[in-house]
Amino acid sequence: MTANVSLLKLSKSFDGVAALKEVSLEINAGEFIVLLGPSGCGKSTLLSIIGGFLPASSGKVLIGGKDMTSVPPSIRPTTTMFQDYALFPHMSLRDNVGFGLRMRKIGRKERNHKADTFLDMVGLKASADRRPHELSGGQRQRVALARALSVNPDLLLLDEPLGALDMKLRRQMQDELKAIQKEIGTTFIHVTHDQEEAMAIADRIVVMNQGVIESLGKPSDIYMRPQSLFSAGFMGEVNLISGIVASINGPQYNIETKIGLLILSSDAFVNSEPNVGDEVTLCIRPEQINAGSIVSDNLTPLNQAKIVNSAFFGTHFRCLLAPGLAPELRLIAHLPQSEEMLQGSVVDLVINPANVTAFPSA
Amino acid sequence: MYSRLSNILCGTYFITIYSFIFLPVAVLVLYSFQDGSLPIPPFNGVTLKWYAEVFTDSKLMSALANSMIVAVLSSIIACLLGFCAAYALSRYRLPASAFQRVLITAPMTVSYLIIALGLLVLFNWMGIRLSLWTVGVGHVVINLPLCFAVIYASMGDHQKNIERAARDLGANNFQVMLLITAPMLMPSILAALFLSITFSWDEFIISFLLSRFDVTLPVEIWSLLRSGLNPKTNAIGSLVFLLSVGLLIILEIFVFRQRSPK
Repeated sequence: MTANVSLLKLSKSFDGVAALKEVSLEINAGEFIVLLGPSGCGKSTLLSIIGGFLPASSGKVLIGGKDMTSVPPSIRPTTTMFQDYALFPHMSLRDNVGFGLRMRKIGRKERNHKADTFLDMVGLKASADRRPHELSGGQRQRVALARALSVNPDLLLLDEPLGALDMKLRRQMQDELKAIQKEIGTTFIHVTHDQEEAMAIADRIVVMNQGVIESLGKPSDIYMRPQSLFSAGFMGEVNLISGIVASINGPQYNIETKIGLLILSSDAFVNSEPNVGDEVTLCIRPEQINAGSIVSDNLTPLNQAKIVNSAFFGTHFRCLLAPGLAPELRLIAHLPQSEEMLQGSVVDLVINPANVTAFPSA
Repeated sequence: MYSRLSNILCGTYFITIYSFIFLPVAVLVLYSFQDGSLPIPPFNGVTLKWYAEVFTDSKLMSALANSMIVAVLSSIIACLLGFCAAYALSRYRLPASAFQRVLITAPMTVSYLIIALGLLVLFNWMGIRLSLWTVGVGHVVINLPLCFAVIYASMGDHQKNIERAARDLGANNFQVMLLITAPMLMPSILAALFLSITFSWDEFIISFLLSRFDVTLPVEIWSLLRSGLNPKTNAIGSLVFLLSVGLLIILEIFVFRQRSPK
């Protein structure tokens, strides 16, 4: 089962300190939404309010069009996968998964059968008679997922469920979560502070900071066209370069920066287009800076730069560059692994201005 | 050289402390087999005569049964009340909860004699006749703080999240308590239960002051002692000891077997 979710101006304060400030969000049925943000941004508070564990100070939660604001968790069509799994230690895996069905007065035979089906889905059918403490972290994770899904919720809430797993297992679980979500079609709301995880699984990412939604959109949009400086900085590494609008030539904006003149189109300005003389901050991703002197139509040369520091990251060299025009500045660039990037050597830089976004300077 | 000396000292200490604790009991048990009429040296030989006398003494046997009934029932009630109090104080925001916690555990610091006197006055004033029931009430009063303290100490935040999960899956408050919290805390609930059974089983002052015709075993033993030392009292004492040890072993199995790492 699945349902759409509407959050209407949700606010929450703890002892006078605002944790959420009038958050509104529309989630479609069957969507995989990731709430992403640093700790203390209000993402877990928002999840608790949707799950019914915390009352909102004001605002409404609608699930499938029905007002759920004051409905207790036991009656909401939601289930939660907790960060510490919260499995019942005194029950077998089968009884853990069947607990929700037992609460719905489903007979032992039928619920055991259903529980086994869900354990099978997460690959743990053979362990149905074991207790949670006999399992590894990843396996407990799967049991928690099976238990949460066994009651056919309209909406599954996942509270940093992969936080305790090691990197490899986390990637594997991300793939599994995504596959299961697509298969059953339930709406998922997943909380995390890991932007790579968010991009790996989300249909849409909601970037939160200090109780408000900063950005909302597809992973590629959030990364390539962030809606705020905060989102740009939170979604991976970024070079922030300040500049001044020197002149406007129709759709072309000539921006004077310390590393040279950049010509941007009006698309680069996510919020509002600036006037001549305005100060702006440009966001350039490290992989958008390339080494070489090939000047094609859509590449702009950025003069020379000296490699101050270089580290091999497998897929690329992560280089710290000192631009020739502004040697005190440091640019981060991901340069191709194919060439040896020696410390101290001087390279020509090019950039594709279509991938640059700009914000008014604060 | 140094380590050898410390080994000897440790060994001596070990033997001394265990002799100090268990010698009286060993002597008691030994002289319950005394083939003679006085439980004092010299030891004349082994006989089971005194045990036979104990088991045929109807007054002792009914006192033993009374003791068991009072111990088990009062402990179950004390555990139940202690569990409810612990659950309420750890899961809900109650007014003056710190003060309430102190209030519940306070009877532990009051002497049994004072508690017994207080109850005696109260029962008199209410016109309630002394019986095994009044003894049971007294034992609930002394064991409730213990049960509360043991169970309350084992209620943590981790279990809170597990209870949350159960509620999320559709369980109501009563189901959460019965199906999740109580089974999760079973080791400490059993620890509290067996501890309070042993305390109630051994308790004399309250049983003495709050009973009348039906008495518990310690009271019956006390009246036996008034007529002088006798290997029969040793035999019944040994039986009491045996039962306490039995309870202790059950406690060990239930509590420590579950806590030991696998």
